[in-house]
Parts: sequence; structure tokens; C-alpha cells
Amino acid sequence: MTQEIANDSVNPSSKNYLNQETTIKSWLLTTDHKRIGLLYLVSITFFFLIGGAAATLIRVNLMTPEGALLSADTYNKTFTMHGVIMVWFFLIPSIPNVLGNFLVPMMIGARDLAYPKLNLASWYIYIIGGMFTFITIIAGGVDTGWTFYTPYSTLFSNSFVIATATGVFITGFSSILTGLNFIATIHRMRAPGLTWFRLPLFLWAIYSTSVILVLATPILAITLILIALERIFKIGVFDPSLGGDPLLFQHLFWFYSHPAVYIMILPGMGVISEVITCFSRKRIFGYKFIAFSSVAIAALGFLVWGHHMFVSGQSVYAGIVFSFLSFLVAIPSAIKVFNWTATLYKGRISYTTPMLYVLGFIGLFTVGGLTGLFLAAMAVDVHVHDTYFVIAHFHYIMVGGMVSAYLAGIHFWWPKISGRLYPEFWGRLAALLLFFGFNLTFFPQFLLGYLGMPRRYHNYPPEFQVLHVMSTLGASILAVGYLLPIFYLLWSLRYGRKASKNPWGATGLEWQAATPPPQFNFHSTPFVTEDPYCYLNEALTEIDFKPQGEVHD
Amino acid sequence: MNNTRFSFFPMQASTFASQVDWLTITLLILCCIICLIVFGLILFFGIRYRNGSPHSRKIEKQNQQTVEWSWTVGTLVLFLALFTWSTVIYFQMHAPPSDSSEIWVVGKQWMWKFQHSTGKREINELHVPVGKPILLTMTSQDVVHSFFVPAFRIKQDVLPGRYSRTWFEATKTGEYHLFCSQYCGTMHSDMRGKVIVQSQSDYQNWLQSNPPIKIPTLYNRLGCANCHDRTSAIRAPSLIGIFGKRETLSDGSTILVDENYLRESILNPQAKIVKGYPPVMPSYAGQLNEEDILDLIAFIKAQKATQENDPRNSQ
Amino acid sequence: MTERITKNPIDIEPAHKLHAEQFDSMEHQQETASIGMWIFLATEVLFFGGLLLVYTVYRTTYPTVFELAGKNFNLGIGTINTVILLTSSYFIALAVHFARNDQSRRSARFLALTWVLGFSFLCLKAYEYYDDIERNIVPGSSYHDIGYHYVGPNPEAARMLYFIYYALTGLHALHMTIGLGAIAVLYHRSIKKAFSSHYYTPVEVVGLYWHFVDIVWLFLYPLLYLMDRHS
Repeated sequence: MTQEIANDSVNPSSKNYLNQETTIKSWLLTTDHKRIGLLYLVSITFFFLIGGAAATLIRVNLMTPEGALLSADTYNKTFTMHGVIMVWFFLIPSIPNVLGNFLVPMMIGARDLAYPKLNLASWYIYIIGGMFTFITIIAGGVDTGWTFYTPYSTLFSNSFVIATATGVFITGFSSILTGLNFIATIHRMRAPGLTWFRLPLFLWAIYSTSVILVLATPILAITLILIALERIFKIGVFDPSLGGDPLLFQHLFWFYSHPAVYIMILPGMGVISEVITCFSRKRIFGYKFIAFSSVAIAALGFLVWGHHMFVSGQSVYAGIVFSFLSFLVAIPSAIKVFNWTATLYKGRISYTTPMLYVLGFIGLFTVGGLTGLFLAAMAVDVHVHDTYFVIAHFHYIMVGGMVSAYLAGIHFWWPKISGRLYPEFWGRLAALLLFFGFNLTFFPQFLLGYLGMPRRYHNYPPEFQVLHVMSTLGASILAVGYLLPIFYLLWSLRYGRKASKNPWGATGLEWQAATPPPQFNFHSTPFVTEDPYCYLNEALTEIDFKPQGEVHD
Repeated sequence: MNNTRFSFFPMQASTFASQVDWLTITLLILCCIICLIVFGLILFFGIRYRNGSPHSRKIEKQNQQTVEWSWTVGTLVLFLALFTWSTVIYFQMHAPPSDSSEIWVVGKQWMWKFQHSTGKREINELHVPVGKPILLTMTSQDVVHSFFVPAFRIKQDVLPGRYSRTWFEATKTGEYHLFCSQYCGTMHSDMRGKVIVQSQSDYQNWLQSNPPIKIPTLYNRLGCANCHDRTSAIRAPSLIGIFGKRETLSDGSTILVDENYLRESILNPQAKIVKGYPPVMPSYAGQLNEEDILDLIAFIKAQKATQENDPRNSQ
Repeated sequence: MTERITKNPIDIEPAHKLHAEQFDSMEHQQETASIGMWIFLATEVLFFGGLLLVYTVYRTTYPTVFELAGKNFNLGIGTINTVILLTSSYFIALAVHFARNDQSRRSARFLALTWVLGFSFLCLKAYEYYDDIERNIVPGSSYHDIGYHYVGPNPEAARMLYFIYYALTGLHALHMTIGLGAIAVLYHRSIKKAFSSHYYTPVEVVGLYWHFVDIVWLFLYPLLYLMDRHS
């Protein structure tokens, strides 16, 4: 099982970031990165439940070929809501704003982020954008799909396009400011001894993600403005009858949205590296390769947007370039998977809840990533584009991958965040339910897609029903897998066993702070003396690791 | 539909289908191999090196760099091969044979309208002969749609304001799903139809069964002959043999006379004037819908330079 | 180092102003603030870049129309504004220099000059918009009633140019207005001697922002005003 350190003890001082001040005002006006992380945790869970409710409606509607549950118009609004909420209000902020906010300063031995007040502002901006969008949905919603393709969204849709675009626009600034904060923090606030190549890989992942956040989101901002201007003033930028080009929208949109999907996986990969080393008690295999892979994915990710447009009318030659680059961008991800597998070799593997999520991630992400090859191959993409094959592909990566990693991270750092241990039995059960339910939900969708079932269909030809029913069945199991952690994590806050400073025996600097940490994390500036992941897999003694740094009390 | 039995692959009913399926199967096998290796190793390591197992954890001197570069280069080579294969097929998908029969397609919310070269029209059903290449020239009346026939493995977005093309050669008679696969509004899921592939004789019979629309009626009604006829007093470029020519414009540049140029000349004639002609042609924007424009273009294309014909009298 | 000082920092003598909790020193705080502004400016490059991409796409599609219709923009005002903005950048650079060298009053003076020049730019711009509208350089509801002196094919492209013109210059003017607000705040703080060689971060950071706004204009000016003007 896990390793507990003999002379480790619960934080003797009673003051920590949670109980320092408990008024509502102290929470809503906090500049403490740890509290802000928790504010995000509550908010994104709220949005996740809404997006999940939409998913439930979709899957239940698709149980019958006639789509009996919802009208066509309601269905269209439902899948749009599902996409908008899950992408912008759940997935993009998930690991960066919850785990990133909490951990970045602690992993580098800093007292807070570079701009704590800006961090709080980011959260408020996110909430304002989120509420705006939420109210829009209640008022009637939007039916363009999360992709807002023109000219449908600009000339034909009778729904709240501008309002939704405004909500997303506002939230975009939260992303930009978060990324800005992380980049500046990682550059300037590292503890003495912490060189770039001693950074935990989680930070390389967050750094690469932040570069994407900062550079890609502004393009989304201008694109949303153009949609609004087009709807109000009929400028014509996307309207062929006024000299414009609907494909220009697609280029602008995907120039942001492709890098955005890397925002929705890179941080997860960072978590994997942290957890897999701890529960194999072994150094990571290929540190530099994994670090550079994160950077390569971020960079190459900006060059492949046209692979969403192979059948759009884009030139054949552009298609060839994008296809080539899309194959290339798969390579760094493959390298990571190989390196993680090699990390397990001659380790001492224990199957804790975080480790189960990690192994699930590797399985599901590998399948998702490999199916990306089918999509990069243009000739196959012509057949499966805009079908359920694509839906299955991105859910394997975003849900099977990112959400598994997010849950791995939440469980791994839960003791540090809350001072409590979650119940291990329920944790493992939830992980297994998620893995099994997920596969049952989404694997049939690959088959559906290749058979020709198009996306965004409210009803469908009857021969597709069997696979749809299987998928819905899986979704009901998956839903349990998601809801369980909410219950037992909340339960643990009151009744869970109190956690020691470093219950897993992990090497990161964050584990050297008290559990839960005080307001400014460390009593004095840590000093880093080791490479990360200094686990001694050959050691047979109880202390089989060296913490990355020292903090003198 | 033919396909009521459950199967993993849709029917293969075009020359592309087996090519695409072979590529898919290869990809599938490669992915399975990679998964077997990776998952197999994870399972193996997971059991052998679980906490508490007695096996030695001593790591011999490893050449990490070699291992890293081998699997990097290995994946790179593999991916390049897959890329090349797929690109070759993709090129073929964009190279319709010169003897393809043309069919015009207009997508609009929420139906598909077809017109064969004889003028015969269909809605939501497309009859085609087996064994002959068919070129679809498509446009949209409103938003972006997408023409998708799973059994043929073809798909092409259909855009307003321009023409997009796709082609196929059906290999098996039968009825196949046609889907709109680009979300286009409320009734997107119902924008479906079928492609009916018939033997060549059946197709000919079907084609003759209703008389085609008289194309010149539109040409005359709009007064095109008044200027474009050879005998007209007002000088306008002759339309005989014009399709496929390179014309020189008033600003000195040259342009290929294709469907897009013809469409533009009908709707926005002042945009590009042929050198040596006065800029006096009126615009017909607002008087014609997409199908009318396609009718006119079809008519102009049919005016071959070798034929002796008078546009006002032909059927 | 763990004690917090709760007095309002502005009331403290500059030499003793404390850096924020998460930093090791004032110098540390200043360097980090600079980095933050540079990153923010990178996002602004992408933001304007999107609009410039739209401009580029349509200019290459309709080159003649853009050039013809573009001749209607007020070259005189555009040029004067360019000179004004460049000069204001010089002044704010001086303001940063003096702030760094403990010369608050001089710094305040140059901040005021920068503000005046920036404000003049906006006034001239407002007049220019008024004049444009008078001359009907406005994308109307139908593209038949736009374009003073513009008669020719593809009038809808002229309309698009005019929209892009208002969008680009309007976005730029918005950024300038925000900049003017920041400079005004800096001026008032400078008078109260809030800045010194020990602490001049806000001046430097606003200076960077102002230079960026200037550089954006240096792109906009030739792209909008100097199309096909050879003489």
C-alpha cells in the first residue's frame, strides 16, 4: 500500500489556509492561490453537472431512432450547450485553474503566484462569463453547435448567438490572465536550486498549456466579435452574397480551437508523470523527452488546424500540408506513452486510486490518440469526418484522458488540499466504474461513425439503434463513476482520516509544506537539491525516496 | 436500404470504398499491434513489478537515448508511410475522370435537389448508373451543408456562393443512404435521402421516362440572346465554345472560364469584363435562384464550338 | 519578512515601500511585472492580428477595390496623428527615464505631455470619423449608398473595407483610451512622489503598453491610408 513516513506528523500548528479566516468575505476576496483553486473547484463542478445533464438528455434521446425525448430544436440546443459548457467552463479551466492554481507556487517553492490579485480577477471574470452563458441557456439557448459555423450562426439561427458568444468572450480573458500568471510565475518565482530541468513535469505541462492559453485565446476573442458584428451590422466578412467567405470563419475558429484541444490534454499529461512516478517508486524514464514533448505539442498544435477542414472546400494542397503536420503532432504524445510505460519497468507498483486513474488514462488516451491517426489520414477522414467516429475520438482523449487525469490529480493531492484522506475502497470503485462505463459508452461510437452515423443528428436510421443503446447504457454507468467522487470527497472533509504531511511519500516540494499548508505555503524559502522524482526503486527500506528540496522550519 | 444485417463496415459500393477500407484496416491492425505491445507491457510490468513481488529491481546500464530515438524514429517512419498512402487516395478523390457524367446538386435547408444533364430533376433521391464515373457539381442555397454517402466513402461540404465538386463510380446496384453531414439547422437530421444505383440500361430507361425541362426558355426569357447571339447589334462575347477557354480581361489578366466565372458574370457582370467589350451587361442577381443559374451554366457548357447551332431553336 | 505592513503603500516614503509578499525584493517584483506586461502584449498582438488577417484576406481578394476605396480616407489627419503618436511615445519613454532617476516632477510633466498628445490624437480621430460620415464613407445598410467617389465593381468589398477601417481604428482608439486612463492615474501618483528609483514599475509597465499601442498604429497607418499612393 502507500508509504507513510515514520516521523511525519500532522501539522502541529492549527493555522492553515483553510481555517485562517472563515468568513465568506475572506473567501470571496482572497488572493491566496490555494483558496482560489478551491473556488474554481466548486465552480467547475457546478458547470460539469450542467454539461453532464445535457449529455444525459442527449444519450436518452438517442435510445430510439425517432429521437422521441426531445424535439429537434431542443436537441440542437442541448448538444450546443453540452459542447459550450464542457469545453469552456469545465475542461479548459479544470486542471490549470484547480490543480495548477493550487500547486504551481508550491511546486516551485514560492509563497504565491506572481500576480495574486490578477488570479482572483481571473476567477471573477470566469464567473461572470459563466453566469452570462448560463442565463442565456435558461433564456432559450443557442442552436449553432459549439463551433458556431457561418453562415448559419450569422444569418440563419434565431437563437441567442451573440449572448452566448459574449459569455465565452468574457471567460476567454480568464484563460488569458491565468496563462499569463503561470508563465510569469514559473519564470521568475522558482526557489533557489530549481533549474528548468529540475522542474516537475507537471510544470512543463502547465507552462506549455499557458503559452497556448495566452496566444490562441485572443484569436477566439476576435472571431466571436466578428460573429457579433456580422449579426448586428451585416458586415459581410462571412457572407458570400456580400463578398465574404464562410471558410474564413472556419480558419479563424479552428486556429484557436485546435490549440484549445491541446489545452484540454497537456495538463493531464503533466499529472500522469507526477502520479506514475510516485506509485512506481521510480524515476521517470526520459525526463527531457517528456518535457520537450510538451513544448512540441504546444508548438505543433498551432500548425494543424486545417485537419478539421479536409472536406470543407479548402485546397487539396493545404490539406496535404495539414495532414502531414497532424501525423507529426502525434509523435510527441506517443513518446510520452512509451516513456510512462518504461517508467513502470522494475518499479514497485501499488494500485491506489490515483494510480488506477493513471493506468486508465494511458489505456484510454492511447486509443483516442491512435484514432487521431485515422483522422489525420485524409482519405479515411473524408469518410468519418462529422460522424460519430470523431465524437468517439475526442471523448476518448478529453474524457477518457483529461478527466481521468483530473480525477487522478484530485485524489493524489486531496490530502494536501484538504488535510484528509478519501476512502480508498470507494475511490477505486469509482475509477473502475469510470473506465468500464466509459468504454461501453464510447467504443460503440467508433463503429457507429464508420458505419456512417453523422454527428448532431436528433434522429437516425433504425439500423444504428443497437449501438446507440449500448452507448447509452455505458453512459449510465459512467455517470455513477462521476458522481461517486463528489459524494465521498465531500464526506471525507468531515469524516475522512486526517492526513499526514506526506502520506504517499512523494518527492515534490509541495509535500514538504504542512498539511494543509499555511497561507504562504512554507515557513521559509525552500532550497532545491535534487532532480524531480528521486524515488529509489531498488531500496528495500521504508524511506525509498529523497524529497526534492528542504525547508528549514 | 440493403444493409439491414449488422456489420462493422458499411457496404462497399464505389471504387473508393475498398481503397479506403484497406487503409482503415491497415490502420486498425497497426493500432491493435501498438495497443497490444503497450498494454501488454503495462500488464506485464504491473504484475511482475507490483509492490511486494520478489523480482530484482536492479537496473542495468541502459542506453536511454537509443531507446528514445528508436521509438521516435520508428513512429515517424510509420506515420510517413501512412500519410503517403492516404494522400495518394485523396488525390484520386479529387481527380474526376474527364468522361464523367455531370449532375448538378443544390443543397438547401433541408433537402437535396438534383439535376441530371438532360434536365431531369429529383429531390432527395439520386439515380445513377453503375460502373460510370459521376461528377457532382454542388452549391448551397443558404448555409453550409455536406453531401455524404457512407457506402461510397465520399463526403464534400456544399457551400453558398461557390461550387464544390466530388466524384464517384458506383460498383454495385442498390439503394444507399445519403446524409447531410454538416450541421445546418433545425431539421439537419432529416436532410437525408438515398442514392439509387441502377444498371446502365435501367438508368437510361428511368432517364427517358419524363421529358427534360426546356433550357432555352430561360435563356430567351431573360434576353441573353439579345446581346450574346452572333447576329446581335450589341456586342457581347459569343458563348459558343466559351466554357474551358482562357479569356483575357480588360485589365490584362487572364481567367479560365469555369462554372464560378460564369456564375459571377451572370450575377456581377461588372467584376470581370472581357477585353475589348463594353461594360454594359446588366446583373441578374435577385432574378435567379441557384438552380436557374445551374441550368444556364449547363446550357452554356453544351454550346460546343464544333456544332452548328442557334441557341434560340435548340431543344 | 513574514509580518505584513498594513499602511497604505502610497503614504509611505518611496525609499521604504515594501514589495508584495510573494516576492523577495522590489527588484524581483519589478522584473516580474515587466514580464507580465510583455506576455499581455503578446496576446494583444494575436488579438489585432486576427483583424489584420481578415484585412489581408480581403485585400488580396479585392485589391483594386480596396485601393480605390481606400483613397477616401483622410490622409492628412492620419499622418498628423502618426506624428503625434510617435512623439507621445518619445515623451513617455522620457517619463519612465525620469521616474527611474528619482525626478518625479519631470516625470510627471512628461506624463502630462503624453496624455495631452494622446488626447489630441483621439480628438482628431473623432473629427475624422465625423468627417468620414459626412462624406458618406460609411458601410450603409445597402451597399448602394456607400463610397464617396467610389463607383465600380464589387461595391460590397468597399463596404467591407470601411467596416474593417472602423473596426481596426476603433479597437485601437479603445486601447488608447484605456492607456490614457492609466497615464492619468500615473500622473497623479507621480505628483505625490509615489515613484522613485526604488519603485517605478507602474510607469515602466504603462510605458510598454503605450509603445505597443503606437506600434499597432504604425501597422494600421500604411495599411489603411497608404494603399496605392505613390506620390
